[in-house]
Amino acid sequence: MRPVSYSRVSDVATAIATVAADPTSAYLAGGTTKIDMLRIYAEPSQRLVDINDLPIDHIEVQPDGAVRVGGLARMNDVALAPVVLDRFPMLSEALLLGASAQLRNMASMGGNMLQRVRCSYFRDAEASCNKREPGTGCSAIAGVNRGHAVLGASPHCIATHPSDAAVALVALDAMIHVQNSGGHHAIAIDDFFLLPGDTPEREHPLNHGDLITAIEVPALPAARNSLYLKVRDRESYEFALASAACALTVTDGVVAEVRLALGGVATKPWRARKAEQVLHGAPATRETFARAAQAELADAVPQTMNGFKIELVQRTMIRALETLTARGAAA
Amino acid sequence: MTAAIGQPLDRVDGHAKVTGAGRYSAEIALPGLAHAVLVTSRIPSGRVELIDTYDAERAEGVLAVLHHLNLPKGGSVPPLLPSLFGAAASGQTFFPMQDEVIHYAGQHLAMVVAETLDQAEHAARLVRVTYQETASITTVEQGRDRAYEAEKIFAGFIPGRIARGDAAAALDRAQVTVENTYYCAANHHNPIECSATTAVWEGDRLTLYDATQGPNATLHTVAELLNVMPSHIRVVTDYVGGSFGCKAMIWDHPALAALAARAVHRPVRLALSREQMFSSVGHREEQEQRLTLGADRDGRLTAIRHHKLSPTSHFDDWAEPSLGVASQMYACPDYEGVYRLIKANTMTPTFTRCPGEASGMFVMETSMDELAEKLDLDPLELRLRNYAETDPGSGNPWSSKGLRDCYRRGAELARWSERDPRPGTQRDGNWLLGWGMASSGYPVTPPGNPQRARARIFADGSAVVQSSFSDIGTGSATAMTQVAADGLGVPLERMRVQYGDSDLPNTAAAVGSAGAGMVSAAVHIAATALRDQLIAQAVADEHSPLHGADPRQVVVSDGRMALRDRPGTGETYAELLQRSFMPDAEALGTWNPPGMDTPYGTMTFGAQFAQVAVDPDLGLCRVRQLIGVFDPGRVLNRKTAHSQLMGGMLWGMSHALLEGTIMGPDGRWANASLGEYLVPVNADAPDVVIETIETTDTVVNPLGVKGVGEVGMVGTAAAIANAIWHATGRRHHRLPITIESLL
Repeated sequence: MRPVSYSRVSDVATAIATVAADPTSAYLAGGTTKIDMLRIYAEPSQRLVDINDLPIDHIEVQPDGAVRVGGLARMNDVALAPVVLDRFPMLSEALLLGASAQLRNMASMGGNMLQRVRCSYFRDAEASCNKREPGTGCSAIAGVNRGHAVLGASPHCIATHPSDAAVALVALDAMIHVQNSGGHHAIAIDDFFLLPGDTPEREHPLNHGDLITAIEVPALPAARNSLYLKVRDRESYEFALASAACALTVTDGVVAEVRLALGGVATKPWRARKAEQVLHGAPATRETFARAAQAELADAVPQTMNGFKIELVQRTMIRALETLTARGAAA
Repeated sequence: MTAAIGQPLDRVDGHAKVTGAGRYSAEIALPGLAHAVLVTSRIPSGRVELIDTYDAERAEGVLAVLHHLNLPKGGSVPPLLPSLFGAAASGQTFFPMQDEVIHYAGQHLAMVVAETLDQAEHAARLVRVTYQETASITTVEQGRDRAYEAEKIFAGFIPGRIARGDAAAALDRAQVTVENTYYCAANHHNPIECSATTAVWEGDRLTLYDATQGPNATLHTVAELLNVMPSHIRVVTDYVGGSFGCKAMIWDHPALAALAARAVHRPVRLALSREQMFSSVGHREEQEQRLTLGADRDGRLTAIRHHKLSPTSHFDDWAEPSLGVASQMYACPDYEGVYRLIKANTMTPTFTRCPGEASGMFVMETSMDELAEKLDLDPLELRLRNYAETDPGSGNPWSSKGLRDCYRRGAELARWSERDPRPGTQRDGNWLLGWGMASSGYPVTPPGNPQRARARIFADGSAVVQSSFSDIGTGSATAMTQVAADGLGVPLERMRVQYGDSDLPNTAAAVGSAGAGMVSAAVHIAATALRDQLIAQAVADEHSPLHGADPRQVVVSDGRMALRDRPGTGETYAELLQRSFMPDAEALGTWNPPGMDTPYGTMTFGAQFAQVAVDPDLGLCRVRQLIGVFDPGRVLNRKTAHSQLMGGMLWGMSHALLEGTIMGPDGRWANASLGEYLVPVNADAPDVVIETIETTDTVVNPLGVKGVGEVGMVGTAAAIANAIWHATGRRHHRLPITIESLL
């Protein structure tokens, strides 16, 4: 491992000042990705500023019914918080399916938003990768790309965004709260995740020293009937080949409200707006669901090994919608 | 007798393992220990044009950077010989860092030695290699048109073509045929402990702490590679964290560790990284098999033609013997088996749990299921109609065979006859349900050399039995404690087994499911020899209550010798030794194994049944239950034997559904990590039911132990594939069976 220096801070202002002052430094939260990345030389930081003592690990209900979780709230704590289980089951499920218990106990919510892609060429420090080393090329396009994206890819990068929790949060229109030496601002989550385009090294609009202090999930009564469906090769400890976060309200056999986002198939947590558009006000039938799924994947581009994902993710969406329709009818 | 054999005794090393007190080969703490890290080739074929070590040599803590230009030359590479022979057992006939030629990606090119592991890893990244790449072949597809029929495979022990009768003519005449091409992805072993060696020189004497299935295999191989007298090498293997075949043969890293230690005049630890485990210790080769079955309308097999095609290295003609058990399972007059190879830019493939049987029996048993479908016969009935009463290859009788009982009991447990045999008829919500079955078999192979153990008893009545074998996580140390206690007639808590050290009496490597049989033979002979020696001493001693008795009438239990018909007359071993002013007594036991030409077919048999649930919309397959019934001869420890069988079956499930190493277009393994090479997690593990049918076998070894190490994995993949057919009506001929193929 490359030599790194380490320090620990206990308040937000010092943390930001310390990291902002040194371009080779980085925040260290749960460390479940960062340390791995350092060990495989896929992460250039030379100085780690440990922020685990910062008082931003809260889970709070706002007066308007929104839930606000601190950037350092642990995945497991958020997943098992009664308010999340009750009001946003899809988020709880995405978190629980997102990592093993050991990782969930360590990994922070802010860190989860910033986790790095699983592309094996990105993680192989000696392979060409535009995300790790801009301009060197993308090895995955001609390489082993079964797990890669069919939506949102560019000729420069086809890596799939790995987060499950972010998929649920994108469906829920969460806000990412950021603090830096200049003050505080909030970013709508759909703007937070950037498509690779010709700058795949830039994954989000944060600048060096910006710190995620909280994630806010607005109230959404429809989310009480929601789920996260994750399809993967093994039952646990594995990333999605396709996933769907979905909330659905059906009134008199017609889709009254729907939120749908996809994981495992796109270069960012993918809000399925085209599908939502088809679904809105349409009869809640398998035929509608299939049409919506098809609309969302109309522009999908397969790579050499992942063409099956286009079909798989449509079936995943249909299954999620059918399950919620049945549940809603039973309730 | 204390009758410890067979009891589900907890592992004698369990406490040390779970508390971390047990030290593995990469955990040996030594003063002055330095760390070596390997630099490996990025390309599969070509030459090293330039190796720039300037920055690495100047990095903090670096003691040496060794490569083909400065590594001291040693002895010669011994021939490839399975470590069951007890001699040198090189995994491939190639030793790296001798010249600039690159034969495969991951080939070891340089070694950095530094004060700490982190420093060595960092400096290894600073070694810059400039390559001259040449065209390569790394897959079956790329090399298909260059395939050749092997003269011999498997270190020369198996001919490349095996025939009896005239399979072609018999297939022409066959009333029914089934013909398919099968594909199995390459597999890697992935034990939780990566291979590691810690090397220490004291003058011209070398001690190696090595994670190996055979301390003596390491000793002999390193002796030849370094041209050091075997008498000057000691190999210690206290704990091994699993192996599955990747520590069965001896690769270059133990010798490299010794060379590094000699270069820096300090003890050196060389531990392979997880990624390096994919290109340093062999693998199960990618393979294509074509199987044709011919049968009459009653389902009696008339002909089998079984061809295999697989890549091997440039140095060795290696293929796992996939045709072996598949050719011995059923009575069939006409047979043809052919191994074809492709010289490829990979290292020599090697033993990987069920080497050959796992893939070959997947092919045979899924074809049998298809034949049953074609004949409208129950798959189990088809197997019974072709039951081999004698070994079809040699015509010899079996040393023991309980397969009929395995079928019967397995079918009972699976309620086989109650299922609707039509495919695609049973449903549970979104899941289609199916049952499948398959036969299992794994050969019992004797070691090539005599097996030895020494039994020693002390004047307080406690005893130790010593033998050099290593316990690779199977529980052999525990089972041997039971064998030793029973043999000598002392309670378990007074018996210790000392093992994992080449200075102890010689055994071959614990490979090929042979460990329990061969080591128990030596331990049993040593312990009973010591018992007989002490009984003889007692009956000759006029101060003993047993004086003058017929030694055959003396029995021993709880450390006390007594007359069989008058238990009141007797004395303890301790009383005898103390009265005789003897601090201890000892005896050596040697077992001379039967030769390869023993006129018996020897095999552990079994029957497996699987229930699966398939969600065809989402391409998911979940195994709900696995049932295995086996006939392993005598079971030494019920608990560890069942664990072995269960581990095998779970790996069989993994072989069916998850595992596959993918060769990238750049000629490198593309998923060389535990994150991307999928093995099952607990959540994937189904209900596993295991039973054993105890058969008496007087041929294989003194205690009649046939072995449980690998047979559990044989047939599991086929049982699952057959269950998937029963659930969905679709056949699968490629492993692993992944989501995209189930959609």
